[in-house]
Amino acid sequence: MTATALAELESKDDLVARARAAVEQVCDPEIPVLTIADLGVLRSIEVAADGALEVAITPTYSGCPAMDVIGFEVKAALIKAGIDKTRVRQVLAPAWTTDWMSEAGKAKLLAYGIAPPAARASRRALFGEDSVACPHCGSQETEKVSEFGSTACKALWRCTACREPFDYFKCI
Amino acid sequence: MATTSISFSETPLLNLILRRADDALILGHRLSEWCGHAPIVEEDIALANIALDLIGQSRALYDYAAQVDSSGLTEDHFAYRREQHQYRNCLLVEQPNGDFATTIVRQVLFSAFMDLYWREMMKSGDESLAAIAAKAEKETAYHLRHSAEWLIRLGDGTNESHARAQAALDELWICSGELFESDEVERSLIDAGLAPDCGSLQESWQNRIQPILREATLKIPSTPSCKVAADAGVTANTSATSSPICNICSGRIPRRCGDRYGSRRTRIER
Repeated sequence: MTATALAELESKDDLVARARAAVEQVCDPEIPVLTIADLGVLRSIEVAADGALEVAITPTYSGCPAMDVIGFEVKAALIKAGIDKTRVRQVLAPAWTTDWMSEAGKAKLLAYGIAPPAARASRRALFGEDSVACPHCGSQETEKVSEFGSTACKALWRCTACREPFDYFKCI
Repeated sequence: MATTSISFSETPLLNLILRRADDALILGHRLSEWCGHAPIVEEDIALANIALDLIGQSRALYDYAAQVDSSGLTEDHFAYRREQHQYRNCLLVEQPNGDFATTIVRQVLFSAFMDLYWREMMKSGDESLAAIAAKAEKETAYHLRHSAEWLIRLGDGTNESHARAQAALDELWICSGELFESDEVERSLIDAGLAPDCGSLQESWQNRIQPILREATLKIPSTPSCKVAADAGVTANTSATSSPICNICSGRIPRRCGDRYGSRRTRIER
């Protein structure tokens, strides 16, 4: 490898590292305690053939209205980091599941008062969420109020021990 | 504001994408009419969320349609800049919301079909369609569960809710046949391994619908679910004041919306 090619490669790595540091701080607009990295919405950061920095994001649900805002925030974060030539791409495959959420992300959700997805994603989990611990008091004495909640990714539950309602991040 | 309708070359693949996209868009819009009007607030949220999923699915499909067309049109052109007869949705999804029972029956019939359809589509040789299907399938399974639970609650509920659910099923049943029509447009795609054969899903669909209806104490209508009922060419009595009758199955064909006549098959032949 020539010296020039090596230098280019290094600068490419530096650029991606700098971009990653910036982009990983972008938060989900609906659940601001989670970053898009915690959620698993951030898929990849790479330098494209034309030299543009390309960030791939994936929606949690097909109709997730936060995707446009997330794309905008990603671009803004990159500009702040001094990276101007950028592109944000939406990818669908492989499909996002709650398994993409980091353990740190699940802990943050719980601390925020949202019950994290209870099980590993599977059809059985989707249809068998009959035991969700209350994020406030930890009780298992809870009941589902509504299968759909304040955002596409959440359902509404209620704790029968402490009487508090809470959001549950659906397991898909 | 005047808008210009678009023109494009409708290849079998583009036609197929538009069928699925239009089904999702039209049903998504129908469901969104409930926003602020549903019987209870949880259901208001549920119907709006299902609508959101469907419109999200349609966006992914229209976006892919624009890529396949590759003449510079965008997802918005395909979603909003076609003439009525260029829409490829099935008749079931455009049926008016009616009462809550009608909306729920429509959702059960459609979701039960789409859940099977998307699962098959995940095996498609077309990577984009397989990816959209993998996303949509999980959402559709959730829609089916939700609407099936409601149908059981309504059917096995009060005398009035039972009567309304049965009436809705009787009315919409004829539209279910069209879902299983695998016409010449889809045939080449099925043979190439790009699309599921709708016709092959009918038995599985019936096996899913029957236990739900049994638990809901509802009877499968004696009226046929006719594949061609919606074709203007096989109907009699197409006056504006009474429902047309299918010449093949003698079933009464439900109201159409706007001034558009015919199933997606006859629309293609225009």
